Amino acid sequence: MSLRASDQAAITLQHLSKSFGEVHAVNDVSLTIHAGEIVALLGPNGAGKTTTIDMVLGLARPDRGTVTLFGSTPAAAVLAGRVGGMLQTGTPPQYLNVKELITLVASLYPHPLNVEDVLRITGTADIATRATTKLSGGQTQRVRFAVALVADPDLLILDEPTAAIDVEGRRDFWNVMRSVAESGKTVIFATHYLEEADTYADRIVLMARGRIVADGPPTEIKAQVGGRVIRATLADVSAEELMSIEGVVKAERQGDGVKLSCRDSETSDRVLRTLLARYSGARDLEVRSVGLEEAFLSLTSDTAMSVRPADDEPDLGESGTQS
Amino acid sequence: MNFTYLKFEVLRTLRNRRFLIFALIFPLILFFAIAGPNKNVIVEGIHFPLYYMTGMAAWGSMTAILSSGARIASERQIGWTRQLKITPLSTRTYFITKVLCGYMMAFFTLIALGLAGLGLGVQLAGLQWCKLAALLTIGLIPFAVIGILLGHLMKVDSLGPALGGVTSLFALLGGSFGPIFQSGFMLKVVQDIPSYWLVKSSQSVLSPSGWPPSQFWIVIAIWTLVMGRLAALVYRRDSKRVV
Repeated sequence: MSLRASDQAAITLQHLSKSFGEVHAVNDVSLTIHAGEIVALLGPNGAGKTTTIDMVLGLARPDRGTVTLFGSTPAAAVLAGRVGGMLQTGTPPQYLNVKELITLVASLYPHPLNVEDVLRITGTADIATRATTKLSGGQTQRVRFAVALVADPDLLILDEPTAAIDVEGRRDFWNVMRSVAESGKTVIFATHYLEEADTYADRIVLMARGRIVADGPPTEIKAQVGGRVIRATLADVSAEELMSIEGVVKAERQGDGVKLSCRDSETSDRVLRTLLARYSGARDLEVRSVGLEEAFLSLTSDTAMSVRPADDEPDLGESGTQS
Repeated sequence: MNFTYLKFEVLRTLRNRRFLIFALIFPLILFFAIAGPNKNVIVEGIHFPLYYMTGMAAWGSMTAILSSGARIASERQIGWTRQLKITPLSTRTYFITKVLCGYMMAFFTLIALGLAGLGLGVQLAGLQWCKLAALLTIGLIPFAVIGILLGHLMKVDSLGPALGGVTSLFALLGGSFGPIFQSGFMLKVVQDIPSYWLVKSSQSVLSPSGWPPSQFWIVIAIWTLVMGRLAALVYRRDSKRVV
């Protein structure tokens, strides 16, 4: 739990469930987020992040369970102007320039921020007179962030805010978000990038197949999903014996092969050296970073059904080993 | 009511060139081109320029008010309506703003056609002008509702042709381009269409009573209620679905 968090709950989800036909998009999710926390909702596509966010915002009705925002219903919190949202889809309407758009949105709220201030904070002042249809991907996202921010909300919800932005634009975006969040707002963002969740959140809630599979500070989650896996062909050595190598978190035998899980690349290097020194018969060595997908599979007991990762899923293990 | 929101809605519409062309320029050009050479012709008991001015005003203002509601379709497609749903803006205000914006545009068309009519020698007393404007305003109510209905039924791809088709059909059957049925069964049919009464407004104003027959009020009311009911159904179906 974050040090910034106060005792007041910004969001309380209780046994939240929603299905679309046969698919349990969100399955019995309970979660409390305190005011002032910056929380990343991490998971691959189809994990239920967007459906959860839609229910928090009141855009979708839960089949079961309740959503409470600042002690009231989502609709009441939205009406009071306490919520700002950046949805996954939501292109600004055409025939307006950036400043006009922000002014329009500001007029909808009871206590909006000054439009000029919002343009400055979100780095959109230099494109204030540009038509909303003539923006780059990164500029569009910044404008959409300004749309969410101008409400001066207590709670900011960002659904994959950096989708379709290049790496540099992404960093700029998060720096802006972070500086905004410093002012004590509660921020929830959905992402499938572990690096983003790790760098910018105080707390990571990991979702897979509609359930929360892990919840904790980034260091803890990273340890679970940011590791390395060594595979080798090595007969006649038991998993228990391999567990004795320092740095091995988990050892499994798969036929003639073995699979050793390590916390990060540093330990996997050490484990690899020990392995080769100890067992000259070890062949076909392979070191891989654990992707989110694998991490999810190991964290969820039901491995029969595979989790479909995003097509542009980055190599998450690498980012997890930098620190 | 949020006037800043309305102001920007009107601004957006005025910046849409296609809108100006179809709702304003086309009716004006047709008016001068057709009514100009036929200044002294009498149609259905009134001077042709007055008849055609009302016909073109009906056509242009119908286009204006229908397309304002129908623009909801593109706002739905880009996800803007979802964004608005997480602001304090109520759905009611959203729809009212769309209708008011449509009416403001329709008034531009009515004023432009009125001035054009004066230019071609249309003569009405001040009170008659006011009555004509009032009847057109009332006659447009069902079309404001149909616009919102189309905005929830249509995809953006099909919106252009659908709007063009719907307005042309209503305008044609209503007699915007000239009366098409003088008598018989088909006349009875088109008399049940609200655009017929829009075009008829000038005759109503010049009639002995100075007001339209009761059928005007009945047709407008029934179309507004039925289309309003349909729009509400489609809206409810639409908001249940999560995209």
